Amino acid sequence: MAPLLSVQNLRVSFPTHRGRVEVVKGISFTLGRERLGIVGESGSGKSMTGRAILKLIRKPGLVTADRLEFDGVDIRSQSEKQMRAIRGARISMVMQDPKFSLNPVMTVGEQIAEALVTHEKLPRRAVNERILAMLEAVRIDDPQRVAGLYPHEVSGGMGQRVMIAMMLIPEPELLIADEPTSALDVSVQAQVLDIIDDLVTSKGMGLILISHDLNLVSRYCDRILVMNAGTVVEECAAGELDKAQHPYTRGLLAAMPVIDESRDELPVLDRTQWAGT
Amino acid sequence: MSIEPQIAVSPAPTSSQGRRLGRGVSAVLGFVVTVFLTFLGLLAITFFIGRVIPIDPVLSVVGDRATPAVYEAAKVQMGLDQPLPIQFFNYVVGVFSGDLGKSVSTGRAVVDDLSRFFPATLEMATIGIFIGVALGVPLGVIAASRQGSVVDQVIRVVGLLGYSMPAFWLGLVGLALFYARLRWVGGPGRLDIFYDGLVSPVTGLILVDSLLAGEVDIFWNAVSHLILPASVLGFFSLAYIARMTRSFMLDQLSQEFVTTARVKGVPERVVIWRHAFNPIRVPLITVIGLSYAGLLEGSVMIETVFSWPGIGNYLTTALLNADMNAVLGSTLVIGAVFIFINKVSDVLYRVLDPRAR
Repeated sequence: MAPLLSVQNLRVSFPTHRGRVEVVKGISFTLGRERLGIVGESGSGKSMTGRAILKLIRKPGLVTADRLEFDGVDIRSQSEKQMRAIRGARISMVMQDPKFSLNPVMTVGEQIAEALVTHEKLPRRAVNERILAMLEAVRIDDPQRVAGLYPHEVSGGMGQRVMIAMMLIPEPELLIADEPTSALDVSVQAQVLDIIDDLVTSKGMGLILISHDLNLVSRYCDRILVMNAGTVVEECAAGELDKAQHPYTRGLLAAMPVIDESRDELPVLDRTQWAGT
Repeated sequence: MSIEPQIAVSPAPTSSQGRRLGRGVSAVLGFVVTVFLTFLGLLAITFFIGRVIPIDPVLSVVGDRATPAVYEAAKVQMGLDQPLPIQFFNYVVGVFSGDLGKSVSTGRAVVDDLSRFFPATLEMATIGIFIGVALGVPLGVIAASRQGSVVDQVIRVVGLLGYSMPAFWLGLVGLALFYARLRWVGGPGRLDIFYDGLVSPVTGLILVDSLLAGEVDIFWNAVSHLILPASVLGFFSLAYIARMTRSFMLDQLSQEFVTTARVKGVPERVVIWRHAFNPIRVPLITVIGLSYAGLLEGSVMIETVFSWPGIGNYLTTALLNADMNAVLGSTLVIGAVFIFINKVSDVLYRVLDPRAR
């Protein structure tokens, strides 16, 4: 079976005063209907990778790739209009912080409805039914009331569930979750990820989970890409993270505290080990 | 598990209704008290400044060759022999019974003068702000959505011109070109001479009065006189409004929820007008309200160039003649305009922004 998404030598660069700076330096991976985790520190290029797949890098940013194919469609040659038919409907993205990623002057229901009717012409009543069903699917108990609220009236955890509902309602085949829980309280992080996991698995979608949290990614993904400074430094199955080879990954793993910690101090990353990469 | 704010869910609907009514009444009361105090403050400041500046209103009435006896008589008659607080008290009492005193330069009651001069400014400013908003807002949005393009550059240059061109110069050039040479518009004044005084003033707005009287000819004549000065005013507010719209829009277009809309596959036109533009309506109202208030103050330059009998001219003439009653009256009207526009903006904020409710 052909992969859902295949990326080869993807590069993203931005012009600065001192010439173009590459933030993604030629990464390659393929994705089936599985859960892929991309981990890396801030500035490692993981979010830019997600946005490049949706062709959302705006000028003067520049995206090049030897291959960027989604389900046989060459993303590189798609026009803006063709991309609009793909965005939301076939590839969707959950963004980081619902405080900023939801429109402050539209109700939650209106925003979810917009995601649906942009791609499917449905009668008003069917739209409402779908919205309520979707809000229930993201475990919102009182969907009728919540649909009438404005984003400032809902909590962060609920806002992120609304975001998930909005991104999944047109039933896309691939979901990119760009740090979906880093703006949330630790106590609701697991809830939100469980919801994403359930929906993605039950609908047989592909998932790219972008995060800086190795633990989280290894728990919710099948495969993991570790990114550093715009390149993939390690690729492995989630269960085999402890066998990771690259000094960066090993350093990250070593820096993680464990219960019953016997070390007095956690080690610090020694960046000289992979300075050449 | 999440905690939502409580939204007016009360077990006893009658008591909550009563409370809401009570809140409405106290809101109106609070509004009236604020407006009253603002007015009183405005009156006090203008009044006392007007009295302590070293100009002598009596002298401007009797002339500098009057005998001391005549001077004293005039002073007593004008009430200027009283102590300042008493004078102020008398003035305030007069204001609240609709008497703003007499203008020494026109010889008429200030109220009558204002009811002639202010509508002329109101008419011109209203058409001006309409032009400014109808063109300025779309231009600002277009410039922002194509930041850095040729269109953006052209709109920015137009905006810069609006900022830097002197009003009287633009007015004169406009008159020379469109009136004197092309004959497209009417000349200075509100009407051609032979139409003057034919319609009886009801509202003081010639456009409205002529239609009320069924005088279509006069209406079109008034339009032809109004269009040039209103366009010049409109151009200046357009420049300001377009610049502000552009910067508000640029700010919104870089927000995360705009990216969210694009991720959903929403067409760019909807991204711009629904997602980026709707949230900026509140700051835009502030900008438009202040521009409108600025136009209603009357532009002395424009009114002079176009021989427009507006409040800007009236106020300036009154100031030069030490005609303090007229100055105070005009200031009061302008203050009222600012208070009114502010209050209308407040109401609109609440309509347009759910966060302000």
